[in-house]
Amino acid sequence: MTLDRRNFIKLLGGASGLAIAGQAAAQAKAGSAAVSAGSAAEIMPKGSARRVIVIGGGYGGTIAAKYLRMLDKSIEVVLIERNKEFVSCPFSNFYIAGLMPDMKALTIKYDKLTANHGIKVLHAEVTAIDAAAKMVVTSQGRLAYDRLIVSPGIDFMTDGIEGYDAKTPEIFPHAWKAGPQSALLRKQLQAMKDGGTVVIGVPLMPFRCPPGPYERACLISSYLKKHKPKSKLIMLDANPDVVSKKGLFTKAWNSYYKDIFQYVGGQVTKVDTKARIVVADNFDEYEVAVANVIPPQRAGNIAVVAGLTDDKKRWCPVDAISFESTILKDIHVLGDATLLPSDGGAMPKSGYSANSQAKVCAINIVALMNDKPTTELSAINACYSAVSETESVSVSHVFKLVNGKIKITATAVSPIDFSLGKIEKAYGESWLKNVLTEMST
Amino acid sequence: MKQRWSRWGLTAGALAISAAAFAQTPQTPPTPEMISFACAGCHGTNGGSAGLLMPSLASQSKVSIVDAMKKFQSGERASSIMGRLAKGFTETDFEAMGEFFSKQKFHATNQKLDKALVKKGAALQEANCSRCHLDDGKDGKDDTPVMASQWLPYLQIQMDMYLSGERKMPEKMAEKVKPLSKAELEALLHFYASVK
Repeated sequence: MTLDRRNFIKLLGGASGLAIAGQAAAQAKAGSAAVSAGSAAEIMPKGSARRVIVIGGGYGGTIAAKYLRMLDKSIEVVLIERNKEFVSCPFSNFYIAGLMPDMKALTIKYDKLTANHGIKVLHAEVTAIDAAAKMVVTSQGRLAYDRLIVSPGIDFMTDGIEGYDAKTPEIFPHAWKAGPQSALLRKQLQAMKDGGTVVIGVPLMPFRCPPGPYERACLISSYLKKHKPKSKLIMLDANPDVVSKKGLFTKAWNSYYKDIFQYVGGQVTKVDTKARIVVADNFDEYEVAVANVIPPQRAGNIAVVAGLTDDKKRWCPVDAISFESTILKDIHVLGDATLLPSDGGAMPKSGYSANSQAKVCAINIVALMNDKPTTELSAINACYSAVSETESVSVSHVFKLVNGKIKITATAVSPIDFSLGKIEKAYGESWLKNVLTEMST
Repeated sequence: MKQRWSRWGLTAGALAISAAAFAQTPQTPPTPEMISFACAGCHGTNGGSAGLLMPSLASQSKVSIVDAMKKFQSGERASSIMGRLAKGFTETDFEAMGEFFSKQKFHATNQKLDKALVKKGAALQEANCSRCHLDDGKDGKDDTPVMASQWLPYLQIQMDMYLSGERKMPEKMAEKVKPLSKAELEALLHFYASVK
């Protein structure tokens, strides 16, 4: 459990209007001051049209909002997102390693979703969800919904790392949410002296973007090899082995980055930002020039606050039909935050998975709201990772519904000899262009 | 902490419903939309591509989509990710994709192109290709793909694959392509990319 009392209260901060039974009980138990009831005014009162609210304007939320409107214009869609822009995690490793001048190619805005699809975008912080009253409480007031989609991404569980506090990411960036964190890690890499040690700490699965840390290892190694060749990059991986595209990444490390990169088994258990030390459970201690500690992950805060997470308070169990929560009715969850019924391998927590899930969700929410039969899931994951400045590799999955569970019908990775590396680098760029265009137009 | 949260969970249980309560009326098998929406992450919404190496699938004929997917699946058509993805789908799925994309509106693109080459290409198309690639490549009839407005880099890569033999040219196409010089082919591709 990662939310201490302070964080819990902070999460609820501003949730003054509605005291749902659960929250009131939790707060009373926590010994905090009771929230004052009824102070959050209702905003955007619901008219006669049916309304779906989408929380979170990332890979899942934007697509769900857009496809709902494409499929049924009679449904009003309100997208609530705290930020004015979204920065893509996929491809942010290129920026971190100095291979993109800025984050423009990773950034989208929301205005065209309004202009093209009539999606109402509200920039506000969601502080609570009242599932019984079907209300979302935001920093600007509360809003009613008929159905709610929560696409909250991830937040971190840092209790298992001694010395890790709210300030730690400002010194040891995780850069696992793109934006200022990516900029900080890039800046630190560029500022470090040649001969320093960089550590990447990989958390235990499941986490957002399984190939992400390994791609990062390749691109940072590539940067160091070119600009700071006396430096070392050490990857502390809490998993028993490389969890994604293993053959391909291992080959890249061995063929390109042998003098720079070292893969070490071990979980980061302690950080000391003052002494600049990272400690692993194998008792190794590293004095670091740059530490990129990626903490273990769970569903985004709002999902935990709303009671959408399982008994471990980690991921949100949903069905494989419309991604409706198995805990709270009329609330659907998408993307990294979900725990899906699967037969064999699970859908990776990737941007493309979220995109594909959002469409399944939209199709079946429209069916449910119109009393029509739902349709069986069919989904895809397609994911590119760079192994060097000029070469990328990919993994693909096709998912179908079999006996109520999601099953992989095909999965494969690029050839091990990197014979497609250059063309897949270019395909990856087109992937980014299309997926972000789809989210923003 | 654990205790408090689980209690909250229990209280919230008042609103909760069991998984069994979700028992649904039977679901229909995947529709053309269900199958095809998933392609849009790479090929653009409704098959209108913004990525320079991804073809637009919008308004392609059903036959050409099914034909392409079958060839990807069997490996007859060389690919990177497409062959791997195609293996996860059935022929019925391919038909659903064809059904969906053939009904989508033609996707026009705006590309920076060499005007002289476009003009030269227009004449070459008229003389050599127009009997199959109808309406300046806008009309995808039978197994002939829509060429108009495809991104130039995509067209160039496909032509390179045809010329290297990685992708097999239909006989009628080979007859027309072989006598043309590289410069003439480049002009043709510029023309197709320019058509809106």
